[in-house]
Amino acid sequence: MLTLAVATMSLLFVNPVVAGEWSGYIAAEYRSFPHDTADSRQYDDNFSFVIEPEYHHKIDGSYESITFIPFIRVDQHDNERTHFDIRELMWQKAAQDWELRTGIGKVFWGVTESQHLVDIINQTDLVNAPDGEDKLGQPMINFALVRDWGTIDFFLLPGFRERTFSENEGRLRTNPRVDTEQAVYESAHGKRHIDVAVRWAHNIGIMDIGLSHFYGTSREPRLVLGTDSAGDTVFVPHYDLINQTGLDMQITSGGWLWKLETIHRSGQGETFNAATAGFEYTFYGLGNSNKDLGVLFEYSYDDRRQNSPSLFQDDVMLGARLTFNDVNDTEALLGVIYDRYYKSKGLNLEASRRFGDSIKVSVEARTYHETPASDPLNQFRNDDYFQAELAWYY
Amino acid sequence: MMKRIFFLCVLLLPFGLHAETPEEKGLAIAKEVNHRDSAWHDQQSTMRMVLKNRHGDESSREIRNRLLEVEGDGDKTLIIFDEPRDVKGTAFLSYTHAKVPDEQWLYLPALKRVKRISSNNKSGPFMGSEFSYEDINSQEVDKYTYKYLRDEKVEGRDSFVNENYPSYEYSGYTRMVVWIDKEYYQPVKIQYYDRKNELLKTLSYAGYKQYAGRYWRPDIMEMVNHQNGKSTRLEWSNYRFKTGLTERDFDRNTLKRIR
Repeated sequence: MLTLAVATMSLLFVNPVVAGEWSGYIAAEYRSFPHDTADSRQYDDNFSFVIEPEYHHKIDGSYESITFIPFIRVDQHDNERTHFDIRELMWQKAAQDWELRTGIGKVFWGVTESQHLVDIINQTDLVNAPDGEDKLGQPMINFALVRDWGTIDFFLLPGFRERTFSENEGRLRTNPRVDTEQAVYESAHGKRHIDVAVRWAHNIGIMDIGLSHFYGTSREPRLVLGTDSAGDTVFVPHYDLINQTGLDMQITSGGWLWKLETIHRSGQGETFNAATAGFEYTFYGLGNSNKDLGVLFEYSYDDRRQNSPSLFQDDVMLGARLTFNDVNDTEALLGVIYDRYYKSKGLNLEASRRFGDSIKVSVEARTYHETPASDPLNQFRNDDYFQAELAWYY
Repeated sequence: MMKRIFFLCVLLLPFGLHAETPEEKGLAIAKEVNHRDSAWHDQQSTMRMVLKNRHGDESSREIRNRLLEVEGDGDKTLIIFDEPRDVKGTAFLSYTHAKVPDEQWLYLPALKRVKRISSNNKSGPFMGSEFSYEDINSQEVDKYTYKYLRDEKVEGRDSFVNENYPSYEYSGYTRMVVWIDKEYYQPVKIQYYDRKNELLKTLSYAGYKQYAGRYWRPDIMEMVNHQNGKSTRLEWSNYRFKTGLTERDFDRNTLKRIR
């Protein structure tokens, strides 16, 4: 990882061709938790600040470039949430029938909204966002072959990134906390195991399809009870070596988007299959206005059933996405997740709007209802929250 | 029945003597517009979009456009957003088709996600502007039926006046009245009539210049919405033709790294 970073860095600063450009954003976030804490060390409300600058440098037209995106979060209470990451430090080159990327970067695979089963290249930056949408930069060499019959991406992934977890003071965490210091690896090479992945992606008319395989250290740890150096009970993350095959597919027809993601994973306890399938239908120009209303329905299943650590082992997601199509790009998304086995519910609201040319305000609220003790969602039962973020883009 | 009788009449007329119907003339003009603006292979341009509300408040966007001419089918379009800053790096890829629905993808840089999106959003506003997706998408001859109305002088230019009727689904218009400059064979003015056949918008073109010794392009396009009092001005610059772009510059891989 270090060698890759140094190689890319030297390219970034030594190359004498035209100067690149900086952009990025600075954001302030406020979170409020109305319910009593599960652990007396936890906070009731919290401020947090983020800086994410972005440097982009194009060489030789637009077919070769370098991107550098450092990320810094400073959190009022949670020292694990205060963190630095290199989201991207990537050199890339594209030719007529291939592309090569070397460095640290992010790759997204998949089509569904409620969860991202197939997406596996990057580790989740869980302290950053509890929905798992934020990712840590992953060191990689990615070679893509571009052919008439689709694109095949080969990945060599040296340097494992551990999932981030909140410390005792943090909210939206397991109780007890996860002690990342004690992480256990199945591979004798630990974090230095080189993971590999391959993916074929193609577009055939109304269908977009991807088929992938990953072999390496699971991004998702098993959490096993243990004790920390102070003798307190903690969860210890166990990172197993897994094989995972994934299929993602979307059929786009009229206002309908039909989506499917499914995986087959072995090496992490019992071999299992999981899937998310559903649709999104959009009503354009709602009531003769400029607004669009998207209705989402997804069902997630994991054949380990209640033995699954997943929040989506037998869950229905219903959502509504309202896009205003106005000057301010106002949009709102409301989602309800209902667990058919545990009968628990999770509510999720996200909305954002731009003010002027460079200020963006986002609000987010999550609430958890009727979670029985056996439900993995139960860990969040006290952590309903409201969040507001003010970001300045430059 | 009418059509059949008409067809018989045409057959009975000595060749070359039959009068051109307004529909035939309208189509012939549209084809000539298309013909004169063909064989550019690919083109690139930069555009500043100024949105004005009824109180006169302005906000702007900056985008880059790339187009690829496709033989026997609709063109491919790639639009890259530079401003506002929070959407910088977002890119929109569209494969237009005459007969089947267009294919569209959106790239969201923060998530590194390429999303296939529905192309039913024809009448929806493009970036919150008074231009809808169907206004900015590539204009293919087969996407409309035509009727020639009259000759008329507009903005001091001798023009043909054509009426266009969208033949694709989900259009926000019943018809468009198009003034086509007789010299440039490019539109001078377009009036859009909504689904209730009421005047919705007027688009005016200004500052036509010739590029690559053949292709006429405007510096300014101004769309005024008569129903909501808002307007959007497009300021074009940096037109380039035959820049060597290929199919590969319009694939989903390119969408992810174009910026």
